[in-house]
Amino acid sequence: MSNPSPLFSTPLSTRQPAIDLQNVTKRFTTPSGSSYTAIRDLTLQVAPGEFCAIVGPTGCGKSTTLTLVSGLEHPSAGKVEVHGKQVIGITPGVGFMFQTDAVLPWKSVLDNVIMGPRFRGTDKVNAIASAKDWIRRVGLAGFEDRFPHQLSGGMRKRVALAQSLINEPAVLLMDEPFSALDVQTRAIMSNELLELWDVTRPAVIFVTHDLEEAIALADKVVVMTAGPGGTVKNTFHIDLPRPRVVQEIRFERRFVDLYQQIWEALRSEVDIAYSQSTHADMKAAS
Amino acid sequence: MTAAAPVTAVGTQEADIASAARLRLRHRRVTVFFSQIGLLIVLLGGWQLVVGADQLKIVLYGEPSGIFDQLVTWFRDGTAIGPLWQQIAATLEEALIGFVIGTALGIFSGITLGRIRFLAEVFSPYIKVLNSIPRIVLGSVFVLALGLGIESKILLVIVLVFFGVFFNAFQGVREVDRNFIANATILGASRWEVTWHVVLPSAFTWIVASLHVSFGFALIGAIVGEFLGGYQGLGELIKNAQGTFNANGVWAAMVILGVVALIAEFFITRLENRLLRWRPPQLSGPEL
Ligand SMILES: Nc1ncnc2c1ncn2[C@@H]1O[C@H](COP(=O)(O)OP(=O)(O)OP(=O)(O)O)[C@@H](O)[C@H]1O
Ligand SMILES: [Mg+2]
Repeated sequence: MSNPSPLFSTPLSTRQPAIDLQNVTKRFTTPSGSSYTAIRDLTLQVAPGEFCAIVGPTGCGKSTTLTLVSGLEHPSAGKVEVHGKQVIGITPGVGFMFQTDAVLPWKSVLDNVIMGPRFRGTDKVNAIASAKDWIRRVGLAGFEDRFPHQLSGGMRKRVALAQSLINEPAVLLMDEPFSALDVQTRAIMSNELLELWDVTRPAVIFVTHDLEEAIALADKVVVMTAGPGGTVKNTFHIDLPRPRVVQEIRFERRFVDLYQQIWEALRSEVDIAYSQSTHADMKAAS
Repeated sequence: MTAAAPVTAVGTQEADIASAARLRLRHRRVTVFFSQIGLLIVLLGGWQLVVGADQLKIVLYGEPSGIFDQLVTWFRDGTAIGPLWQQIAATLEEALIGFVIGTALGIFSGITLGRIRFLAEVFSPYIKVLNSIPRIVLGSVFVLALGLGIESKILLVIVLVFFGVFFNAFQGVREVDRNFIANATILGASRWEVTWHVVLPSAFTWIVASLHVSFGFALIGAIVGEFLGGYQGLGELIKNAQGTFNANGVWAAMVILGVVALIAEFFITRLENRLLRWRPPQLSGPEL
């Protein structure tokens, strides 16, 4: 807070967005040949250095949105741009923490973290030095030689975090990164994420089911409508001051207000998704 | 006195439990070992008794003491076709060279076809046809084409080993977690780097599992190749023994083969543990 970064010299909205999705639709062809619309007409912008959280009922297309930004999938209609460039192939300069564990089980912690720099052509000595530095920063110093199965779930998430951040991505995509962790570990990891984020200030899209987590972390929270064909329902700007302490911020008056507003928007979508799934269950049963 | 007792008891209790468990384990091992020895004695003794002193039965079925004598003679005086170690070395050489080449080819083809869908579709019918014919028959073709030397045997071994490894490698590539590939790609891996860092290690779980069976096939290929035409090796030894109505000789060669297979199994298991040491122990499971 004391040393204003150049990011704040211009208002976030007037500059070129880091992530720009315009009227994006994504259809999947199912094995049976029919098509399924995962997201429809979705428009979303994230400014450089902005922390954007996406919440929405299950199956509304949150993960799909991230795969479109990363370039793992491409839109059926609409435009996806990162730093003003249309996404073709894998987007350069993105980091992606997947919903499920994607740390390679046959590589030690060090060998996992070192992959990014090595694939990008850094020589081995520098790559090792930088990997060790990041392993220390995520709090895993001393565990360099362990295999993932010898770590706890929270430690594996730290490895994934170091693995992504070591490339210093300008865009960081996180798909429910902490959902498998217990409440205390999650709060600790959230705080550490905010500290690490503050160092390089990537633009972040953070998908979560946990509304408290979304508000505590983000600059803006996007609520999506229930699928099929999920899209942006509302966007809420979180004007809570930074730096934030995740465990304490939830008791603030403003936090509670925001929570109520956003929950109001989210609840109806969750209800729709729930009634759809139970409906489908009943159909399947009969 | 009563208050202090439980505190000291905890420590000794844990030591007691541990030592009791160790004792139980050792006891169990000893029991299993002696049961195994007992079973062997019963089987061999039964065989010896059934055959008895009947010369015809000895010629037809062989007898344990005769097999033992045969082994001693072979080791001490050599066989009819040369020193014993030369026969073992010949068969091993054919089996090992064929095994290594067949495995390498199988891994390479399996990974390539698994990674390049177009090739898989083109080759699929041919592989199905080749796999469905009884490949052991090819041994005759190879002996006719390449002569009685080592090449025909090696080729037969390669053909036998290749398919098992190939199908496992291919399937292994198919089973790679898509998430791992996506993660490596995002981190900047090229297609080749994805193959090397993600696909190959993941497929190795499948490939290594196939090596146990494949080495058995390699031995079969070498023996059958020698059977079909050759002048040295354990297969030749067996053929010779059969030709001279020496059942003991056939059994003795089989005992040697069994020992060779066991030693190979030991090394393959070592290799497996080395290559797959990243796996959590409960997945490795007990050796059977
Ligand atoms: N490759 C695919 N082929 C077919 N359908 C897909 C594919 N990927 C996703 N879908 C469908 O698109 C919809 C949205 O999926 P997505 O994974 O984006 O949901 P999500 O919002 O991330 O859900 P969750 O919160 O449960 O992770 C789902 O109904 C899913 O079945
Ligand atoms: Mg998801």
